[in-house]
Amino acid sequence: MTGLAAYTTSTGEAFQFWVLGTVAVIGALCTILMRKAVHSALCLAGTMIILAVFYLANGAYFLGIVQIVVYTGAIMMLFLFVVMLVGVTAADSLTETIKGQRWLAALCGFGFAILLFAGIGNASVKDFNGLAKANEGGNVEGLASLIFTKYVFAFEITGALLITATVGAMVLTHRERTERAKTQRERSEERVRGKHLPPLPAPGVYARHNAVDIAGLLPDGTPSELTVNKTLRERGQIRDVSTEALNDLRALEQRAADRLERPDPHRKGGGRNGDGDRAEETEEASK
Amino acid sequence: MENLIALLVAAPLLGAAVLLCGGRRLDRVGHWLGTLLSAASFVIGLALFTDMLGKGAEERSLHQHLFSWIPVEGFKADVAFQLDQLSMTFVLLISGVGTLIHLYSIGYMEHDERRRRFFGYLNLFLAAMLLLVLADNYLLLYVGWEGVGLASYLLIGFWQHKPSAATAAKKAFLVNRVGDMGLSIAIMLMFTTFGTFAFGPVLEATGETSEGKLTAIGLMLLLAACGKSAQVPLQSWLGDAMEGPTPVSALIHAATMVTAGVYLIVRSGAIFNGAPDAQLAVTVVGAVTLLFGAIVGCAKDDIKKALAGSTMSQIGYMILAAGLGPIGYVFAIMHLVTHGFFKAGLFLGAGSVMHGMNDEVDMRKYGGLRKYMPVTFVTFGLGYLAIIGFPGLSGFFSKDKIIEAAFAKGGTEGWILGSVALLGAAITAYYMTRVMLLTFFGEKRWQPDAQGELPHPHESPKSMTIPMILLAVGSVFAGGFFSIGDRFMHWLEPVTHHDHGDSPLSAATVTGATMVVLVIGVSLAWVQYGRRPVPVVAPRGSLLTRAARRDLLQDDFNHVVLVRGGEHLTRSLVYVDHTLVDGVVNGTAASVGGLSGRLRKLQNGYARSYAVSMFGGAAVLIVATLLMRAV
Amino acid sequence: MNPVNYLYLAALLFTIGATGVLIRRNVIVVFMCIELMLNACNLAFVAFSRLHGNLDGQIIAFFTMVVAAAEVVVGLAIIVSLFRSRHSASVDDASLMKL
Repeated sequence: MTGLAAYTTSTGEAFQFWVLGTVAVIGALCTILMRKAVHSALCLAGTMIILAVFYLANGAYFLGIVQIVVYTGAIMMLFLFVVMLVGVTAADSLTETIKGQRWLAALCGFGFAILLFAGIGNASVKDFNGLAKANEGGNVEGLASLIFTKYVFAFEITGALLITATVGAMVLTHRERTERAKTQRERSEERVRGKHLPPLPAPGVYARHNAVDIAGLLPDGTPSELTVNKTLRERGQIRDVSTEALNDLRALEQRAADRLERPDPHRKGGGRNGDGDRAEETEEASK
Repeated sequence: MENLIALLVAAPLLGAAVLLCGGRRLDRVGHWLGTLLSAASFVIGLALFTDMLGKGAEERSLHQHLFSWIPVEGFKADVAFQLDQLSMTFVLLISGVGTLIHLYSIGYMEHDERRRRFFGYLNLFLAAMLLLVLADNYLLLYVGWEGVGLASYLLIGFWQHKPSAATAAKKAFLVNRVGDMGLSIAIMLMFTTFGTFAFGPVLEATGETSEGKLTAIGLMLLLAACGKSAQVPLQSWLGDAMEGPTPVSALIHAATMVTAGVYLIVRSGAIFNGAPDAQLAVTVVGAVTLLFGAIVGCAKDDIKKALAGSTMSQIGYMILAAGLGPIGYVFAIMHLVTHGFFKAGLFLGAGSVMHGMNDEVDMRKYGGLRKYMPVTFVTFGLGYLAIIGFPGLSGFFSKDKIIEAAFAKGGTEGWILGSVALLGAAITAYYMTRVMLLTFFGEKRWQPDAQGELPHPHESPKSMTIPMILLAVGSVFAGGFFSIGDRFMHWLEPVTHHDHGDSPLSAATVTGATMVVLVIGVSLAWVQYGRRPVPVVAPRGSLLTRAARRDLLQDDFNHVVLVRGGEHLTRSLVYVDHTLVDGVVNGTAASVGGLSGRLRKLQNGYARSYAVSMFGGAAVLIVATLLMRAV
Repeated sequence: MNPVNYLYLAALLFTIGATGVLIRRNVIVVFMCIELMLNACNLAFVAFSRLHGNLDGQIIAFFTMVVAAAEVVVGLAIIVSLFRSRHSASVDDASLMKL
């Protein structure tokens, strides 16, 4: 990296490239293949950190730091924030709904990669200049002198773009209040006249669960949706304790029975546990 | 002085605008306003006329350029007026007779609640007619031509509550459309041939143009003239046009508008001079119509329709004269002017009779009216003497000259045309005497009207009799005044370039022959209608009479040939349209629709599918780039 | 090793990102894949900068980052308001043009 033109990098960099490059590709693949958005975001963050290392290795010290601070630090966290907002556990089903989409995507991706590789190979770069001379006065100073002279207009315009984007984000997420906010008196009157004078029932059943996503059970054993937060209800993230708990109990009994080598009391109806439960419930209800 | 020309048109146009837009508050003064503006136009015309008389014969043509109408490169049309001797003659006739008829209408339309509107239409007609004769190019003339057509339509259908009037108006409009199509084609031909429509350049350039083109233009102009002047084969509308109020029949369908065709042919004389075939066609049309109209006039019992047949026949004389070329132009115009006087007078007289007879139009129910309506009788009688060509009266001079000119055409043609004209004169004498005898002489054959009341004939008010008297004076003296010293001929000489022709018969012989046929015609009529009592209900009559009562089967002819033919043509075209054209169109549409139905599946609405095509497109772009670099 | 290898890596990452856009339905993941493509481009620019021996490539990468930041802000705002109105984060649900 000392001369003006070099043909190869140091062995250390080569080693770093092959190891970290492999990890980066794996990270990218995980990004697109993970079922949960949170996992995708984390994989992407990892890939970005590896890219930051590559920037540093390529003499782009400023960009390497910015990549870590801005991209991985700020932007990816923004992503995670939105993922949390939208629903962290909402795992995607990976079955394709559009006919032939996956095949076409694979074909296009494969062909595109081949073409890009062919294009790069076609360029047949043998030697390279290296950044030793350009970074003589320091990488940040070099960038600064370019940004504030040659690219100053682009820089100004990007500033305007950022402002616009900020305003745009505010406008898009801002929800206009279409009606007057209720006063405390109105709210209290509404509550007294409404169905629920006392506080809404708490989630959780029989002290087995106190998680907010588990609905409390009514005396007849049916879960009451009232006990669960509205947001979770809308996302459909309510876990049902009645079936879950009964299944857990059944599994426990099964294991105990196996261990004690006793015949299973439920084995006869084993295949249709759920149906049996429901039948019992309806019998109770009819009584 | 030439700045006054536009005022000639502007005055009645203003009247029309004010009367038609002014609303009911003008009801009380509207008729006077209309008459005043018409008279203003006449006074301006007189001023221009006296000014013109003070100049030398060659300097009399005035020109006024108002503004450029369509100033496009290679297509220039101006709104410009040309006032020469020919136009002057028409201006005086139109505004003069027009004013008299306005005056007459004040009395005639007194009880009509839409009188203001009537005067608005009359003024509109005057403006359009003056525009027609004052235009200095064919395009502007066309505007006036359409304008009089519109006014004619509105006035024929003025009593629109009568279905017969509404139908007659529609018929006149439609038949005129055929002629107008001829005029528009003629104008287009002129533009492609000469590159302009202005009279001056077009008429000067006729010398260097091939005869074929001139013949085409001439025939198209003849078609236009046939439509407007009710000549065979486009004559069928004139008889029905009598459904309009009588002053309208007098002004538009006798004195002025129907003579526009004659004006057009005389104005385009240079074109016809260069196209002998077209000229021959004009004379044939004139001769046929002359007899056609006269025969129809003999059989009609409706006084206005009889006069309408007479009008058709007299215009046939004019067209015949105009077709003779420079020999006849002057006489065509002269007969036009004298005819304007006596036919307007006759119509006004007929209107006066109807006014006194509870709007009865059947002459067989008149009789013996001369004692009850003396002024009408005298004026009508003078008009009658003028039209049959009684020596010394207008018709004698003008019609005689046309017959002479027809003989002067020379050759077999001249003999045939001259004989036809003579025969026409005899029939004219016959049918006019018949009208006269049936109306004013003989027994009273009055019948009770719908309310069961016998009519009480009485003389019409002054506003009606004064125009009749003035027109009668014109009918008596105009011909003599024009002919003494060939005044009219010299007056029009710069425009029409008179040619005496080579008559095989002396003027005296022709006059003598005319007198003989006149006497024969009158005596025949007297024998038939004067000596014997006239039946109130028309006898069945001979085959020819029955045909003539039906306008010589013109409507039946039109129905069989045009309507039935048109229906069959339309039906076959509809069939072709449905099977062939629609087949192609629908087939194309169906195939496009089917293709779209297949292609539509690509547009499935999923952003990811579109992303695939974008990605594929990017790949194709890379291929293209690589290929370009490889090449 | 030749620095061109960085370009190959960038191409590979770009293609992976693009394929991800095509096959994933969760709009947030799609958006992440777009970020991955942008990053791949940035890596290519940085590598170009080194190959050419001047800093212009890094400047471009810098601007790309700024634009990407702006895009993320607006894009996530759109996703949030979309989710708010549809209660779904699937790109296939936003298909009103579908017949």
